[in-house]
Amino acid sequence: MAGIVELTAEQESFRRVVAEFADEVIAPQAAEFNAAGRFPVEIIRQMGEMGLFGIPFPAEYGGVDGDYLSFCLALEEIGRVDQSVGITLEAGVGLGAAPIAEFGSREQKQRWLPELLRGERLAGFGLTEPAGGTDLASATTTRAVRDGDEWVIDGGKQFITNAGTELTSLVTVTARTGPDEITAIVVPAGAEGFTVAPPYRKVGWHASDTRELTFDGVRVPVANTLGDEGAGLRQFLKILDDGRIAISALAVGMIQGCVEECVRYAGEREAFGRPIGGHQAVAFKIADMQVAAETARQYYRYACARKLAGLPYKRQAAIAKLYSTEQAVTAARQATQVFGGMGFMTETRVGRFYQDAKILEIGEGTSEVQRMIIARDLGL
Amino acid sequence: MKVLVPVKRVPDTAGEKKIDPNDRTVDRESVESVLCPVNEFAIEEAMRLKEQQDAEVTVLLVGPESAQPVVRKALSYGLDAGVQVVDDAVVGSDALGTAEVLAKALAAEEFDLVIFGNQSTDARTCLVPAAVAEILGLPALTYARHLEIDGDQITVHREHEEGWDVVESSLPAVVSVVEAINEPRYPSFKGIMAAKSKPLEVRSLDDLDVDTSRVGSDNAAAIMYEFRDRPPKEPGTIVEDDGSGAAATQLADWLVEKKFV
Ligand SMILES: Cc1cc2nc3c(=O)[nH]c(=O)nc-3n(C[C@H](O)[C@H](O)[C@H](O)COP(=O)(O)OP(=O)(O)OC[C@H]3O[C@@H](n4cnc5c(N)ncnc54)[C@H](O)[C@@H]3O)c2cc1C
Repeated sequence: MAGIVELTAEQESFRRVVAEFADEVIAPQAAEFNAAGRFPVEIIRQMGEMGLFGIPFPAEYGGVDGDYLSFCLALEEIGRVDQSVGITLEAGVGLGAAPIAEFGSREQKQRWLPELLRGERLAGFGLTEPAGGTDLASATTTRAVRDGDEWVIDGGKQFITNAGTELTSLVTVTARTGPDEITAIVVPAGAEGFTVAPPYRKVGWHASDTRELTFDGVRVPVANTLGDEGAGLRQFLKILDDGRIAISALAVGMIQGCVEECVRYAGEREAFGRPIGGHQAVAFKIADMQVAAETARQYYRYACARKLAGLPYKRQAAIAKLYSTEQAVTAARQATQVFGGMGFMTETRVGRFYQDAKILEIGEGTSEVQRMIIARDLGL
Repeated sequence: MKVLVPVKRVPDTAGEKKIDPNDRTVDRESVESVLCPVNEFAIEEAMRLKEQQDAEVTVLLVGPESAQPVVRKALSYGLDAGVQVVDDAVVGSDALGTAEVLAKALAAEEFDLVIFGNQSTDARTCLVPAAVAEILGLPALTYARHLEIDGDQITVHREHEEGWDVVESSLPAVVSVVEAINEPRYPSFKGIMAAKSKPLEVRSLDDLDVDTSRVGSDNAAAIMYEFRDRPPKEPGTIVEDDGSGAAATQLADWLVEKKFV
C-alpha cells in the first residue's frame, strides 16, 4: 500500500461519469421524489445498467470485477446530490448482495447474485429487531426451527432497508437456531407468512425504502442457509466493517454537497451590500466544511486501501464512519444556517441533507458502537 | 456492418473560454477539454446499431496526442476500436482542412456508415459532415433525428425548421445526427475499465497520404482577423400588468416582433 491514496485514470473517469449522472439525472428529480416519498425505481434501474450494483463483485456472478474504492467513489458522488439514492446503492451492495457473495455457496451465488449485481433486483439484510440493533447477540429473538429439510421462521425485524421495493427479491435474516446460535437465512420475497409492513414515516431518507418485517411460520429450504449454521454473528460483524467504509463515503458525499451548495448560494445571496460569502462568519463555516470533506475523504480511502491490501482495518473503518458521519451532521447543520430560512425548506438540497444527516450516526453501528470498537482496540 | 464515428475534442461547453491573442485559437489551458457532447448522440446511435445489428464500431479522432483521453472516453461507451490521427501539420486547420484529413482517414478504413454529430460545440460550423461526404463521393444524410438501416439501405428523418424530410440512400453513406435522435447512455463501469485495453491505432498525415497543402493554419480558407469578448448579458424586459390585461397584448406583440410566433 502506497503512502498516499491516488485514483487510477480509470477510477477518475468512472468518478466523473457517476458525478455527471448524479448532477444530470438524480439532482433535478431529488426534491420531487423525496417530497413524494417515492422510491425512484427508474434511477435505480439506470444505475444498474451502469454496473453500479456490481462493482465490487466478480464477473462470474454478474459483477463487474471492480474494486471497493470504486464503489465508494460512486457512493460519494451520488451522496453529494441525494442521500436516499446513495443509501439504496450502499445497502443494495453492502447489505443485500455482499452477504451472499461473501458467505454463499457457489450454487447460491449463481442463483441469487446475477440479478442483484445487475441492479435488476434488490435484497435486504435484516438484523435489527424491535428489541434492539446494537446488542444483537441478545436482541435477536427471531427463531428458525428445523422441520425436515426446511426452516420454519417466526419473529420480526425492524427498520430494514430495501426490503419492500418493487425490485426486492429476497431478504437475508438472522435468526436464532439454538440457544447461543445465530444463523443467516435467505427468505425470498413473497414467501408465505412473510409480511412486509407499509413504509415507515421517517425524519429523512424519504425516498429510501425502510420496512418492518414479520415472519409467521415462514418455511424456506435449509439450502437457503448462508454459510455455516451458527455463523451468523461472525458474518454480520464482517459485513458491517465493510459497510462502515461505505457509509463513510456516503457521508463525505454529503459534506461535499454542502460545500458545493453553500459556495453557490453564498456567492449569489446578498446582505448588507455584499454576497453573504463576503462575511467571514459565513465564509469560515464553508471553509470548515471543506476541511471536513477532505480529511474525512482521505481517511475513509485509507481504511479502504488497508482493506484492499489485506491489512486489518476494523479500527480504521470505525474511525472513518465515526468521524465522517459526525462531520456530516455538523456540515448539514451549518449549511442550513448559511441558507437561512431557505435551508429549512425541503426543496433545497441542504434542507434535505439536514433531514438525512442524523441517520448516518445511527445506521450500521451507532457512533457509540464505533467508539466502543476504538476504545476496545486501545485495550480499554 | 462497420460503422465509424468521428469525434472531436472541444473545450468544456459549460466553461468560460478564452482566445489566445497570439494565434487566435482557443486557449486550451484556460478550460478543460472534453468529448464534444454532440458526439455522444452519434456514439449512442452507433451503439444501438452494435446491439441490434452486431455492427463493429470504430471511433476516429483528429487531434494531438494529449487528446487521447477523449478517444478512451468514446471507447468507454462500448465502442470496439479507435483510430487517432496525430500530426503537427493539422494544427489550425479550418473546417475544409479538417474534412480533408477526416476523409483520408475514413478512406483508409472499411466502413458502411459514418455517423457524425451535426456540429461541434466549439466552432458550430456544421460543415464537416457534408464536406467529408463530398470529398468521399458518398451520399450525405445530414441533421438526422431518426435513423434506420435495412440491409444496405438507410433511411433518416432530416430535421429542419418546419419538421422533417424522409431521406433514403444506399450504403455506404455519411450521416450527421442532431440531439433529438436519442437519449445517450452513460458509460458503464465495465466500459470504462475496458476502454484502456481497446485497440487504438495512431496515424500520421504521411500514413494517410494527405495533401498537406490543404491543411493547417497556413492553408485555411477561413481566417480569423479579430475577436471580441462576448458582450455582457443585457437585462431582460419586465412586463407588468396593470390589471387590465394589457400585458398579454404587450407580450404577444413582443413575441411577434422577435419572430418567435
Ligand atoms: C432508516 C433506517 C434504516 C435501517 N436499515 C437497516 C437494515 O437494512 N438492516 C438492519 O438490520 N438494520 C437497519 N437499521 C437499524 C439500525 O442499524 C439500528 O437502528 C441501529 O443499529 C441502532 O439500533 P437500535 O435502533 O435498536 O438502538 P439501540 O440498540 O436500542 O440503542 C439505543 C441507543 O443506546 C446506545 N447504546 C446501546 N448499547 C450501548 C453501549 N453498550 N454503550 C453505549 N451506548 C449504547 C446506542 O448507541 C443508541 O444510542 C436501520 C435503521 C434506520 C433508522
